[in-house]
Amino acid sequence: MGESGSIAPQRHRLIAVIVTLLTIAFQGCHATESRVDIVVKGSDTMIILMKQWAQAYSRLDPRVSIQVTGGGTGTGMAALVNRTTSICMASRPIRTDEIEAGIKAFRQRPVRYEVALDAIVLYVNEVNRIEDLNLAQLTGIFTGQVLNWRPMGGPRGGITLYSRESSSGTYEFFKEHVLQGRDFAARTQTMPGTAAVLAAVARDPTGIGYGGVGFGSGVRTVAIRSAPGEPAVLPTKEAVMSDRYPLWRHLYLYVNPALDHGPVSEFIRWIRSNEGQQIVEQVGYFPLPPDTHAAP
Amino acid sequence: MTPPVPWSAGLGLTGRGRRRQRLLDLLLEGILLTVSLSSLLMLALIFLFVGREAMPVALGRVNAALVQEALPVADALKLPPERLQEYLGLTGPEFARLNTAAIRDLALLKAEAASRIPPAIRDDPDARANTASWRYLLMPHQWKGNDLPAFVWQPVSLIRKYNVVPIVIGSLKVSLVALVTAIPLALAASLYVSQLAPRRFRHAFKCAIELLESFPTVVLGLLALIVLSGLLEPPTRAVAEFFAIPVSRLNACVAGITVGLAVIPVIFSVAEQALTSVPRTYCSAALALGATRWQAAWQVLVPAAFPGLCAAVLLGFGRAMGETMIVLMASGNAALPTWNIFEPTRTMSATIAAEMAEAVFGGHHYRMLFLVGTLLFAITFLSNLFADLVIQRIKLRWSHIT
Repeated sequence: MGESGSIAPQRHRLIAVIVTLLTIAFQGCHATESRVDIVVKGSDTMIILMKQWAQAYSRLDPRVSIQVTGGGTGTGMAALVNRTTSICMASRPIRTDEIEAGIKAFRQRPVRYEVALDAIVLYVNEVNRIEDLNLAQLTGIFTGQVLNWRPMGGPRGGITLYSRESSSGTYEFFKEHVLQGRDFAARTQTMPGTAAVLAAVARDPTGIGYGGVGFGSGVRTVAIRSAPGEPAVLPTKEAVMSDRYPLWRHLYLYVNPALDHGPVSEFIRWIRSNEGQQIVEQVGYFPLPPDTHAAP
Repeated sequence: MTPPVPWSAGLGLTGRGRRRQRLLDLLLEGILLTVSLSSLLMLALIFLFVGREAMPVALGRVNAALVQEALPVADALKLPPERLQEYLGLTGPEFARLNTAAIRDLALLKAEAASRIPPAIRDDPDARANTASWRYLLMPHQWKGNDLPAFVWQPVSLIRKYNVVPIVIGSLKVSLVALVTAIPLALAASLYVSQLAPRRFRHAFKCAIELLESFPTVVLGLLALIVLSGLLEPPTRAVAEFFAIPVSRLNACVAGITVGLAVIPVIFSVAEQALTSVPRTYCSAALALGATRWQAAWQVLVPAAFPGLCAAVLLGFGRAMGETMIVLMASGNAALPTWNIFEPTRTMSATIAAEMAEAVFGGHHYRMLFLVGTLLFAITFLSNLFADLVIQRIKLRWSHIT
């Protein structure tokens, strides 16, 4: 008898718990109804930038939650085509076979937005006295035709080449715009990331390397001339935005055309607005020139 | 002869209890069987997946030529449907699903891509060659601008060069340096710990060495990149200058020595086990005959445990071949087809790790990386198989003597 008496209050308690849980669950459902999830994937170069954008935008519009992951531009493109991501971050223009995959999946080409500028910077060791190089000299150095620093007024000894990994957008940009499509010298050492290139050049008096804008002790930034007689330009904000520094590129977002409206498109419009472009500068890239902001 | 008694009888279970116990046993047995079978299945699936992805390249079905047939859009759209589908490289269902606008866009894309190739490269006969065929994968080729035929791995290029020789040499080079570093240290340590060390320290030694195993290799790689490469630079430079060979700060030697550190615990634990599993009577007999502890260890134990030691070394080789993070960070990653260990090197594992993220899914670069993976697997598999055969033969020989 005593036993059956003690079960009843327990049952009451159980019902109370279930009711509470259900209430919470329904509230949760209600909250997610108006929530918008945007998944962003792609270039590792752009991760920090995108995270800053996502943070600022979620503060602006708390209904939107943005999930950012890296993995590389190619991974992002594959995810875009598989519809597992809404936006793909790309540090290089889309490739032909990726457009092809996009058409097969969406019946249309993925839509491209330029969202920031990035400069490719050349670094040498601080003991290297060389002030500037022109593009033709760079081609010679990185294709392995020029082997010594001497003819350019640099230190004694052979040139050691440091490059980014062939999987990076920076590598492809450099190959296309500096090497004119030719191959890097076979002895070029490839480093995972700009920071690794900087560290390697800082420890190697004969080294030269390239990468994104970065800071490190022991290295110097080389000014670039677009041709032998032209002025030598350092990658400053002003020089990059006015196209006087020759080695700059766009950073892009690619979007599934079916999703290019509503919250995703609003987010991208905000990124390209003055507010979004201010964040670009904080992270260390360069904002789009003002005349391109207003474009769709 | 008494009939076998079920073990549950010993627990004093009778009737219903025993039947329940038996059901439970069956259930547990089933679960264990499923678990072990699923791990086997998983293994088979991994092989199947890797093999399937690499197969088109291995069979020569992938065409990596830069310049391929391209028609003006209007001409392409006039093709009969089957020809158009083939020209655009579409499968039947894909072709059926796409509308005319999309088909037109694909044809346009193909023409655009063809027109974007620089004329200087379009006229290069190599631009029409399928560089993913076996001849280009294994044999040296004289590319335009080269003075001599060369082995070139340049997968991100207009004309893609997929010669695997430099990266196979790179992997072997690093693994050999790693083994040269690890074998003396690991074997000496295992001999000391298993035979000569005072009983009190034995456990501490063993734990300390096996703790190296749990050391993340990415940390070891960082250590090599920042500290070890600097420490080794003066001596390597001196040696290289003596032999008049090129030298670099990050090279196969730095990476190999660091991989050696990662391999030590693998070799050590297997070798130590092999040495301790030799019957104590061997040692006792040697000591009784007047041998010193060292003589007993070196002349009796080591020969007796030899198959186990061989297995340890070959296991270490497999581990060194597969090591990725250390070589990615500390080897300089230049695909040079040279055996000079003071030059930068690129290994198969590091190549896969570095390039997979950007390879277009299903493209030739992607398939090529899977082929490299298959090759890597084949090499380690063959080395393990070889080890097994050697061990079997040695065991056979010993079984005659003892």
